[in-house]
Amino acid sequence: MIKVYTSSVIEAPAEAVWAQVRDFNGLPKWTPFVAESRIEGGMPADRIGCVRNFRLKDGGLIREQLLTLSDYDYQCSYSILESPMGVENYVATLKLTPVTDGNRTFAEWWAEFDCAPERERELAQNIGQGVFQSAFNSLKQLLR
Amino acid sequence: MIRVTRSAVIDAPIERIWAVLRDFNSHWAWHPAVGESSIENDEPPDQVGCVRNFFLKDGNHIREQLLALSDRDHISTYCILEATLPMKRYVATVQLKPVTDGNRTFWHWQSTFEAPRGREREFADLVGKGVYEGGFEGLRAYLRRGSPAPARAANAGAMQCQVSVATAFGGPEVLQLENRAAPAPGAGEVRIRQTAVGVNYIDVYVRKGQYRMIEPPAPIGMEAAGEVVDVGEGVAHLLPGDRVAYACPPPGAYASVRTLAADQVVVLPDDLSEETAAAVMLKGMTAEYLLHRTVRVRPGQAVLVHAAAGGVGLLLCQWAKALGAKVIGTVSSEDKARLARANGCDFPILTSNYRFATEVKNLTNGRGAEVIYDGLGREAAAENLEALAFTGHWICYGQASGPHDSLPDLGSKSGTLSRPVLFHYTADRAVLNEMAERVFAALRAGTIRVEIRHRYPLAAAAQAHRELEARRTTGSVLLLP
Repeated sequence: MIKVYTSSVIEAPAEAVWAQVRDFNGLPKWTPFVAESRIEGGMPADRIGCVRNFRLKDGGLIREQLLTLSDYDYQCSYSILESPMGVENYVATLKLTPVTDGNRTFAEWWAEFDCAPERERELAQNIGQGVFQSAFNSLKQLLR
Repeated sequence: MIRVTRSAVIDAPIERIWAVLRDFNSHWAWHPAVGESSIENDEPPDQVGCVRNFFLKDGNHIREQLLALSDRDHISTYCILEATLPMKRYVATVQLKPVTDGNRTFWHWQSTFEAPRGREREFADLVGKGVYEGGFEGLRAYLRRGSPAPARAANAGAMQCQVSVATAFGGPEVLQLENRAAPAPGAGEVRIRQTAVGVNYIDVYVRKGQYRMIEPPAPIGMEAAGEVVDVGEGVAHLLPGDRVAYACPPPGAYASVRTLAADQVVVLPDDLSEETAAAVMLKGMTAEYLLHRTVRVRPGQAVLVHAAAGGVGLLLCQWAKALGAKVIGTVSSEDKARLARANGCDFPILTSNYRFATEVKNLTNGRGAEVIYDGLGREAAAENLEALAFTGHWICYGQASGPHDSLPDLGSKSGTLSRPVLFHYTADRAVLNEMAERVFAALRAGTIRVEIRHRYPLAAAAQAHRELEARRTTGSVLLLP
C-alpha cells in the first residue's frame, strides 16, 4: 500500500472552492484532463454510493464510486472501480480547510492504493503531480 | 463551550517550524505576548506531561501541561492547569501540515474552553487574536530574524568565491587558492557563506591521497560554519539567514562560499559562535560518539587518550574526566603535558617514541587501560596491545603514523578493536541532530571547551597544514575565509 499526498493553497474562500469540487459529476468543469462525465443510473451526484463514469482527454475510461461527502468538513472520498491505471484498492480523499489568515483555502488530496512494486514511483508521480497537482493548478486559475 | 480556530500559511518548510513549536518552552522566544517562561522540574520541553510556567506580558500567570506530541503528524496538544484568567477546561491543539507545492506550511491552531457568562466574546478574541493570530505573526518575525537583505537573497545565479584546492596529492604546497563559483543550490542543497572553516588531520590524509576521497585538482576540508545564503527545493530544515555548521564528506569546506547537500547541515543555537562551531563540530561529534556510542565510558574506568593535547584529545580528556573516568594521556612535550593536565588528563605521559605501555600499566596496578583512544596507528600498535586491559576496547579512530600492517593479536587480551568513522555515525540525520545537540549542551555546561589558538586566512591553508603536521599546534586550527 502506498500513499500519495499533495497539498496546496488556493487564493479563494473555502466555500467557493468547495462549490467547485463537491459536484462528483463536475470533473470536466474544473480539471484539465477529463473530457466528459456522467453519473450511472441517474442518481444525484451527491448521493453516497453513486458512480461517476468519465472519459479522460487521452481516451481512458474510469469509474469511481463516492464513499463519503461532508459539506460540514469540506471533504469527500471515493474509490476506483475500474481504470486503465493498474491500481488496486485505490481510495482517495479531497479535503479543504479554511485558512483564517487571509481567507484562503488549504487544499489536500491524498490517495492510498496497491500496485506492482516497479510502478510505484511512476504512479505516485502521475497521480500526485499529473492528477492532483494539475487539478489544483486549474482550480487556482478558475478561482483567481 | 467556546471553540476558537485560527489557521495560517507560513513561508517556511514544515520541519523548520516544527523544530521551534515542538519545544514546549520556545514560546517565550517567538510569541510577542509571552514573557518569562520555564519548564517545571527541569524536564525536557518535548516530554509529554511537562508543565510550562509562564507570564504573559500583561502580567497574567499561566501553567500549561503538554498532553500529546507527535513528530510524525506534527501535532502538539496542551491544556491550562492554572491561570490568573477565568478560563476553564482549556485544551488546545497545534497542527502543522506541509504545502507540497511550494515548501510552505499550513498551521492550524484550535481550542475549546469555557469562560464566564457574558464574557465569551472577550475571551474568544483574547485567544483567537491575541494568542493565535499574534503567534502567527510572532513566529514569522522570529523565522525572519537574521535573514539576509533582499538584495543579497536575490542572488539566484552562481556566486564568485575563493577555494583552497589540492592541485595534486602531496605536501602542503599542493594547496592553492583559486577563484571559483558556488552554484545556486539544487534540490536538497544549501549554499552557505562560510565565516570559519575547521582544519582537521583528516584533511592531511585527503591531501596526501591516503584517504582517496578526492581526485585532484579538488577542494578539501570537512567542516565549516557560516550563514545560509539560499536553499534548494525540498530543504525543510534551513532558511536563508540561518547560522549553520556541518562536518561531513565530500571534502570541499576550504571555501568562502559553498553549495552542498543540506541533510548534514545543522542550525546553530544562538549562544554558539560560528568560530566555535567550526572548531568543534567534527572533533566534538567525534568525541561524542567515541565516549557515548562506540563504547559508553563509565565512572572509574581507565581511559588512555593518545595525542591528549590535540584537537580531539583535549575534548576526550575533558569529557572523559567529566564522565568520571581515570584519564591517562600521551603527549610529545612538556607544554602539551601541562595543557592536557589542565583539560582533565590525570596522568599525561611524555613520550616521543611511542613508548607508554609500561607507564600505563604502572598507573593501573598492572591492569592496563579499559578503553584506548588511538589516533596514532601503525607505530604504536604493539604498545597499545600491551597497554590494553583484559576485555578492553581499543578504538582506532585515526592513523597518524600510517595504517596498521595487520590485525593485532586481540586474542592475547580478549580485546575488542573498533575502527569507527564519524560519518557512519552521522549518516542518519536524526542521530546527527542528537550528536550535535549533545555537543552543544556539553559546551554550554562547560563540560567541554574549545581553545582556538591558531587562525589563518584561507590563502594560508598550506601553512596551517605544515604546522599541524609538524605537531606544532595545540587545540583547534581555523581558516577564516
